[in-house]
Amino acid sequence: MHIEIDAIAKTFGRVEALQPTSLSIPSGALVSLLGPSGSGKTTLLRILAGLEAPTTGRILLDGADATGIPVQKRRAGFVFQSYALFRHMTVFENIAYGLRARPRRERPSRAEIARRVDGLLGLIRLPDIGPRYPSQLSGGQRQRVALARALATEPRMLLLDEPFGALDAQVRKELRAGLRDIHDATGLTTVFVTHDQDEAFALADRVVIMSTGRIEQVGSPADIRKRPAPGFVEQFIGRTPTAAIPG
Amino acid sequence: MSLSITPTTHVTTESRPFRVTLCLVALTLTAILLLAPLAVVFAEAFREGAAAALDMVSERDARAAIGLTLTVAAIAVPLNVIAGFAAAWAIAKFDFRGKAVLISLIDLPFSVSPVVAGLALVLLYGAHGVLGDWLAAHDLKVVFALPGIVLATLFITFPFVARELIPVMTEQGRAEEEAALTLGASGWHMIRTVTLPNVRWALLYGVLLCNARAMGEFGAVAVISGKIRGQTTTMPILIEMFYNEYLSVAAFSMAALLAGLALLTLALKSFLEWHHADAIAASRRH
Repeated sequence: MHIEIDAIAKTFGRVEALQPTSLSIPSGALVSLLGPSGSGKTTLLRILAGLEAPTTGRILLDGADATGIPVQKRRAGFVFQSYALFRHMTVFENIAYGLRARPRRERPSRAEIARRVDGLLGLIRLPDIGPRYPSQLSGGQRQRVALARALATEPRMLLLDEPFGALDAQVRKELRAGLRDIHDATGLTTVFVTHDQDEAFALADRVVIMSTGRIEQVGSPADIRKRPAPGFVEQFIGRTPTAAIPG
Repeated sequence: MSLSITPTTHVTTESRPFRVTLCLVALTLTAILLLAPLAVVFAEAFREGAAAALDMVSERDARAAIGLTLTVAAIAVPLNVIAGFAAAWAIAKFDFRGKAVLISLIDLPFSVSPVVAGLALVLLYGAHGVLGDWLAAHDLKVVFALPGIVLATLFITFPFVARELIPVMTEQGRAEEEAALTLGASGWHMIRTVTLPNVRWALLYGVLLCNARAMGEFGAVAVISGKIRGQTTTMPILIEMFYNEYLSVAAFSMAALLAGLALLTLALKSFLEWHHADAIAASRRH
């Protein structure tokens, strides 16, 4: 789904978290919002999901104004930074939650729900963990369950807030590839927030670099590395030599 | 009482005699300060036999007092659960102006003497009180009647549910609830399937403590109830009246019954803790 962000701004009290920001995300893209903390990237992601209302501006989804659509109807799959799995439910119940929350006449049958959950557990390559509780899973497993739960309701877009933030280096690499695979398999327009430029450059088709509530540069990883915008981006990219990722 | 000490960790450097002494001191103090008075109440109640004690608590005024106490608890506890849950939710999940004031207000009943609370309610709702004329005009009786006793009990027990819930809800944050919303759950569905299950143990403790206090409150109720025998005397009030009239078996029988209700509450709490130890631990971890 094509996402059009039209002059979206957000202030919390007197703090301007997001200055008027416009951005076009083509259908099926895998986009990274990259920036240091306080750059407004998570705020922008939460506005896309409907978890925050913008102070001004519009969100267009496939050309239709979605600014006023409440979070429940927005159909955005959201993976939270700490995963936010329901701790009192099994993995199966977590993934089935969105389907079971539907009004009765739209709710799939029990068998259909079980089939869908099993399919998703297969997709994240953890077919046998349905009966376990989140507290019995490793960090990497939790992240994948959160991803499966977000996909269960057949969202129109996938939004991830620091999806690899809480994991160690080895697991991060594996899960990066996992997210890429899932993106390619589902074709979902995907936006993820990160402060780690390696991650952004390695995974995304397009990188959106943000700082202090503004978009500083948008481009493919190669473009940005070749021609970083003068000022913040130059400094941000240049600071760590590891930015030069092969590929 | 068996006394076995097994060190769970070897990091502690305290010697064995020191640990034994510490345990003995704790047990002795508990026995003298908590157990002995309770034991005496039961002993005194059954001094003339169980039949006599039973006669005393099934006497007309006693039955009325038991009924009144249970009625007051049955009204006050659910109202407090709703108010406490709402207050805790607002405090734990949202930032708003006056939050610090609300937190302090919730603690007010802990710091104000119950007698003062009772007097304040009389000044507010009494015949010569601020709302007295309005209440009289509408034929509503608050002071020296059930509504007054319920109001006093609500005031005194207000912190119990909220105080149990606030730390748990604050620690859990909003992420799980937001996740439920992004998955399409309505607000009510979210509360039922995510918010409430996550705080159910804290809520239960709050309810049990609130109930114990609601049944046992004396000071505030003594002022506002007017102590009309058989009408506005709750169990604690009637116990005091019996005692002042030198009806010691009656007083202690009622006291034993009230203590029994409290012990039942405590036993229920311990049983649930023991029975659901895993679930409780899991809901705190993650």
